[in-house]
Amino acid sequence: MKELATTLERETPALIGSDENYLSAGHTLKSWLLTTDHKRIGLLYLFSISFFFVIAATAAALMRAELVTPQGDLVTSETYNKLFTIHGVLMVWFFLIPSIPSVLGNFIIPMMIGARDVAFPRLNLLSWYLFIGGGLFALYAIVAGGVDTGWTFYAPLSSVYSNTHVVEMATGIFITGFSSILTGLNFIITIQKMRAPGLTWFRLPLFIWSMFATSLILVLATPVLAITLALMVLERVWGIGIFDPKLGGDPILFQHLFWFYSHPAVYIMILPGMGVISELISCFSRKKIFGYKFVAFSSMAIAVLGFLVWGHHMFVSSQSIYAGMIFSILSFLVAIPSAIKVFNWVATLYRGSISLDTPMLYALGFIGLFTIGGLTGLFLATLAVDVHVTDTYFVVAHFHYIMVGGMVSAFMGGLHYWWPKITGRLYPEKLGQLAAIIMFFGFNLTFFPQFILGYLGMPRRYHAYPPEFQIYQVLSTAGASILAIAYLLPVIYLIWSLKHGKKAGANPWQATGLEWKTSSPPPKHNFDEMPIVTEEAYEYPPLSDEGRELEVSKDA
Amino acid sequence: MKFPFFPEQASTSAQQVDSLYFVLIGISVFFLAIIFLPMIYFLFKYRRGHRANRAPLNISTMRIEVTWTVIPLVLAMGLFAWGAKAYFEMEVPPANALDIDVVGKQWMWKIQHQEGNREINELHIPLGRTVKLTMASEDVIHSFYIPAFRVKQDVVPGRFVTEWFQPTKVGAYHLFCAEYCGADHSKMIGTIYVMPLADYQAWLNRGSGQDTLAQSGARLFRELGCSGCHIGPGTVRAPPLEGLYGKLVPLQTREIVRADDKYIRDSILLPNSQIAAGYQPLMPTFQGHISEEELFQLIAYIKSIANKEPEVAK
Amino acid sequence: MPEPQSIVAEQFEDAAQQCEAATLGMWTFLVTEVLFFGGLFLAYVVYRHAYPEGFAAGSRHTDLFFGTLNTAILLTSSLTMVLAVQAAQANETKMVMRCLLWTLALAGGFLVVKGFEYHKDIVEHLVPGAGFSPELPARAQMFFWLSWAMTGLHAIHVIVGMGLISVMTWLARRGKFSAEYHTPVEIVGLYWHFVDIVWIFLYPLLYLIGRHA
Repeated sequence: MKELATTLERETPALIGSDENYLSAGHTLKSWLLTTDHKRIGLLYLFSISFFFVIAATAAALMRAELVTPQGDLVTSETYNKLFTIHGVLMVWFFLIPSIPSVLGNFIIPMMIGARDVAFPRLNLLSWYLFIGGGLFALYAIVAGGVDTGWTFYAPLSSVYSNTHVVEMATGIFITGFSSILTGLNFIITIQKMRAPGLTWFRLPLFIWSMFATSLILVLATPVLAITLALMVLERVWGIGIFDPKLGGDPILFQHLFWFYSHPAVYIMILPGMGVISELISCFSRKKIFGYKFVAFSSMAIAVLGFLVWGHHMFVSSQSIYAGMIFSILSFLVAIPSAIKVFNWVATLYRGSISLDTPMLYALGFIGLFTIGGLTGLFLATLAVDVHVTDTYFVVAHFHYIMVGGMVSAFMGGLHYWWPKITGRLYPEKLGQLAAIIMFFGFNLTFFPQFILGYLGMPRRYHAYPPEFQIYQVLSTAGASILAIAYLLPVIYLIWSLKHGKKAGANPWQATGLEWKTSSPPPKHNFDEMPIVTEEAYEYPPLSDEGRELEVSKDA
Repeated sequence: MKFPFFPEQASTSAQQVDSLYFVLIGISVFFLAIIFLPMIYFLFKYRRGHRANRAPLNISTMRIEVTWTVIPLVLAMGLFAWGAKAYFEMEVPPANALDIDVVGKQWMWKIQHQEGNREINELHIPLGRTVKLTMASEDVIHSFYIPAFRVKQDVVPGRFVTEWFQPTKVGAYHLFCAEYCGADHSKMIGTIYVMPLADYQAWLNRGSGQDTLAQSGARLFRELGCSGCHIGPGTVRAPPLEGLYGKLVPLQTREIVRADDKYIRDSILLPNSQIAAGYQPLMPTFQGHISEEELFQLIAYIKSIANKEPEVAK
Repeated sequence: MPEPQSIVAEQFEDAAQQCEAATLGMWTFLVTEVLFFGGLFLAYVVYRHAYPEGFAAGSRHTDLFFGTLNTAILLTSSLTMVLAVQAAQANETKMVMRCLLWTLALAGGFLVVKGFEYHKDIVEHLVPGAGFSPELPARAQMFFWLSWAMTGLHAIHVIVGMGLISVMTWLARRGKFSAEYHTPVEIVGLYWHFVDIVWIFLYPLLYLIGRHA
């Protein structure tokens, strides 16, 4: 593909063909463990979250194996309860929340805005160590015997009755929470203060808008989780009576405090994914995103409204029915900005020039699966229907469509898209496309039957169940096996590509964006000279009828 | 292989919930269609290398954006209103319901009928009558879920919650605990038996011989020493309880509250939280000395003397 | 004339950007702290509403003298902190150190008074649990749990603040600060004022409200 000459390349020819990059700058363990380079920190996070993903996925595999038969015959109920708790805790706090922000965000944000690093590189490294520290506590809790409260830690089960390692697990999550807070803080200051000259807010790529909105939620919501877990631990250790009704406490207070964080947390998980999708749809349609400002403002609207809907997790909790009504109407409102984004993404395809590379397949898969997940959110926001389906497999299906179908697809898409930039290598395209397609089908087979199960009335967190539900559980497990293959494939070929993949140029996708203006992999300092931005975001050249670049007359 | 697709509709609420559900499915299918069909069409028509008009659209996008914001918003508000209305009806119990008490504990449901019949993990109810459950938990949060009735209510320790339904079909239906409550959560299940009224009466009579809930309550009232202060000449120090249930009670704080189940429960467990006007805070708390089932029995007794006149001190 | 450019970290364009970033960073961190304490304040409000007589009784047993003394101490320490920042802006290193040390001393004094207060509470059986004084209504225990938790969390923040101030004092002694560069002193000042403001909220909630109910 013809490389477009850019201002930067004309002025700093030394960059092209340079062998010095952030990966070759130091090979010792110390150079990695004491790095303040945002790119290396992003990779440290990639290894760490992959590790936790494997453990959490193994727990899921065991659960799905157990659920093939109605009787609890593979593991004891105590073990099953620990499996779904570990699955939830690790997936939420040690995989999903850090995934795009700490891996792709760390790597890409400074480059995308034309900065040398984040605002506080040492704080960034501290964030990773806090993540690891929290992770060690969580691992200890698992190895020492596990936790059986569910990832939601409802009191008084968690604070009084459970006999498992709740304190250690809560401590781990508490510490990791500070990793989240500091990462969010770092991103806010970086985006606010360190944009390249000429990079005004409305020239920013939409990934940055999403990450900014995400970072606001990270810093505002996570502290509430921290204090809630601390209170729960204090109750467990010293019986303070804050949530224990026998001592005058209120279990519903725990739920309010917990969901005040945990609902915004789901937007922490999905907003970065939406940001990635904007980048992918734009690049692989070679077109500016339709309705740029609407998509940007939608991210902010989701962040704000996301703080106002937590009570929709509590419609049957004995919360006031009037509070329920307020939370219901707000929950419908928060769906609207997400819908706006989906419409704008699809509209971007119109009159674009579409190529179905692997990242684009993941992006299209995201639109499909996220839309289904989001629409089922409407079912849950509808009070009368929620009474029937809350705490059933319907909810499990809903959030897996968004988190796995949406978020993990976006993560995979982003990983493949920026893989050449991060590693300097191209992954095998055909295998990538194959894995994306397998994932789409495997995912639907795993989780669509769960909607039916939920409406039939099968509750969640059930180790054994009445036999009439079995057919859907069997379908779901079959899908999970396919999904496992779809996730294993990329692990294999991505690692393979590190040594054997074709070497990538600075801009293999011919994408707009400052990160593509440096070499692949980038040098340690990202840019030798500060880029100056004079264009809007996604300024792709006009297209011919065949979808190639229109030849512009040279005397423009 | 059987593919059950839909739960039975066995209560008056089920139909409303299902109608809402079908409309939601319809709206979802509609939106999926208007998203997927154009998407797939564009993927074909505008794939790279395929001839098509790709000249940039130079129109104001504002009108489009507003349209696809406002239309979903209007639909959303419509769904909200319908759902909220149905929810309100489902959550507020009608008067003249058949009162049945439920105590949830790890890991079983204990049911007490007013006539004294007790059940574990089973609930027999008559067809066509409104049933109101008053529920309490002895330990953690549970949830009383009957899919066929489309009703669910978390049972939270430290308070009473209520759930009502009117069965419309004779049969046996699943009862599930729907709030994770520890090791045997998935075994905290049972059956709801809906029977024709005559059969229900017969079933009740088969269990006769035990005390009614109110009679058990009367016995407890004496055993726990309540009668010492609350009945007869001792009422100088304590409010008389005959004729109390359902009436308005003025408190020392100048508030006026109604003497309902919650009031009685709080008076027994937290006597100093709502002191009746004109009385001293003398009553000891029974927290820790009385079980949820016994609380229900006492309340049933106090309800049973709701129409009596208090004795005048001589 | 000191060269400010040499203390600019390489990710920043210039000293001004570094200073703005650090200040914005500290403000953002303080917002997270508001939400962190906020959970406890919410619990306090909820339970005060639920158990007014228990909370009033608990409030009456707090030591007004110690509480007021501590308020005065902390407010004064904020003053000395402001003076330290002003001195840094005026490049008066000795004054900076003096004011920081005074702030440190006052903070220490706060903790000492708190120590006396906690000791008194323990002796008077105001620690919730098995040994709680039977003279108070049972629900006063909730007041004391929250009071211990909130003042304890605040005290932890005071200790952290003392650590930060100590580091600032040491850096000042080594001549790190000047009229052009004293951002660390300013942002530690911000943190210290926040610690003070939290106490300004705690004081009326724990010592004053309900005292005469």
